[in-house]
Parts: sequence; structure tokens; C-alpha cells
Amino acid sequence: MEGSRLFHNGANEEDRMIYVTRRAEFSASHFYHNPDFSPEENRRIFGKCNNPHGHGHNYILEVTVAGEVDTATGMVLDLKELKKLLEVEVLQLMDHKFLNQEVPVFATTIPTTENIAVEIWKLLAPKLTFGKLHQIRLYETPDLFVDYYGD
Amino acid sequence: MVHLTRRYRFSASHRLHNDALSAEENVRVYGKCNNAYGHGHNYVLEVTVAGPIDPSTGMVYDLATLDGTVERAVLERFDHTHLNLDVENFRTRVPTTELLCVEIFDLLREKLDAGEIGRSAHLERVRLDETNSNFFVYEGERDARQGSL
Repeated sequence: MEGSRLFHNGANEEDRMIYVTRRAEFSASHFYHNPDFSPEENRRIFGKCNNPHGHGHNYILEVTVAGEVDTATGMVLDLKELKKLLEVEVLQLMDHKFLNQEVPVFATTIPTTENIAVEIWKLLAPKLTFGKLHQIRLYETPDLFVDYYGD
Repeated sequence: MVHLTRRYRFSASHRLHNDALSAEENVRVYGKCNNAYGHGHNYVLEVTVAGPIDPSTGMVYDLATLDGTVERAVLERFDHTHLNLDVENFRTRVPTTELLCVEIFDLLREKLDAGEIGRSAHLERVRLDETNSNFFVYEGERDARQGSL
């Protein structure tokens, strides 16, 4: 490798943005309920998701970080660090939990997959010391997922 | 703004053939997809709607409404059909997966009338997998997109 240039065509590493995605899985239960709605409205709007005992999913989280390739390591970030961050900030909080009862923010916010994705963004964005958080993708089932880009 | 994507499946057969081309040209262009009897695929359709989260429901769009719309507008129309023979729009157009992808986008954009949740949401993207190895994505006409191109 010659000087600070990593690429065969001589492009500067500053010009190259790479997107790195790390996947993590967690299992949790939730139910949908808005105390401002009547019981009938809750059932009509949320259907079987309104069962107060909750129901569960195996969530798959994909966190994408954008950054430039570090000239010394050839990497955008240390994947071990990202894995640890997901473990500490997200999995410890949500894995094998009843989201409505055990995760404080969801006492007042309905834990839809949309809101969980936004919450995960809020948890991770301030803690990321490398690259820039680009996307949160959260699968509730293999056939249903949401993407959030922070705005 | 959150993107919500739902995956659906349908199976259909088609034949890639253009009447304006000679028999030899059709074989050259479309290869085995030109087989006169047609052939089939298990298509996987991903429909993405995007919008703000409705504060009273926590949702971008009502899933039951989305499922019902896709069922009526797309799946009932295409599932277990021969696209060239059974679907009006493909009697005169080659039912490539590119054109099918555009057709589905146009059908959904027309029909996606969001009930009580998701009034501010819009159809963002249609992705159509023809096989595990190739898929097509359509996001509408360039002019309709807000500064993305």
C-alpha cells in the first residue's frame, strides 16, 4: 500500500463512503393499546395486536453505519465495537422483555415496529463514536420490516 | 419518516415474445424465455410505503388496509395466471419482470387509499423478485420523486 492511498485507481479514501451493516436478533413481546381510545376502538384499530397479555416476535435488527475507510486498518469501523454497542444499548434493554412493561419509553409510546426502530436510532446515534448512523432496519417477521434514516 | 415494507408472493407463467420481431430474433433476444408454451416463476413482491408515524397508533400505514389493497389490486389479478393470456395489459406488451414491476407500482399508486391511518404516507418503492437471483426495483417516474435524482 502506497502512502495514504488505498485504491488501485489512486482515488483518495476521503472520496469513498462505505456502508457497513451489522445484524442482531432479539425476541420480545408487546401489545398495541392507546389509552385515549375506548376498548372497542382499540380492538377495531389494533385487532389481535390489542391482546393485553402481549404476543412475541423474533426481531431482526440491521444497523448500517456509513464511513470512510481508515487508511491504517482498511476498515470503516471495528465490528467488535458495533456488536458490543448493539449488545449494551439494544439487546440488554429489549431482548426477552415485555416491551410495554419493561422498557420505560414504551410505557407511554406504543411499541410498534415503527416506534421501536426510531427508539433504537435514538439509543445508538449519540453513542456511535465511529462513522455515521445511516439506517435502522427492523424486521418484525421475515415479511414485514421498517427502515428509519433519522429524519 | 419511516419506510414500511411488506412482502407478498404470487406465482404466474409468462412468455417473452415480441410480435414485431422475427422468430429467430425472438429466440436470440429472449432465449429459453421465448418457449411458446411459457414458463413460470414464484414472484416475491415487496411493497414499501413511507410516511410519518401517526402519533395515536404508532403506525405509518394500516397493515390490514395495505394487505387488502395488494390482495385485490395485484394478487387476485396475477396469481396463478398466464400473464400473456390472462392479463389484459400484457396481451400487447411483453410481460418482462421490469414491466410487471412498473405495472404493479402504477396499480398500487392508484389504489393505495390509506383509510384512517397513513393519510400522509405514499408509495415509495416496489421490488419484484423473479427468482432468488434477480430482482427489479421501481420507484416511480423521476419527475414525481422529490429531488432524489
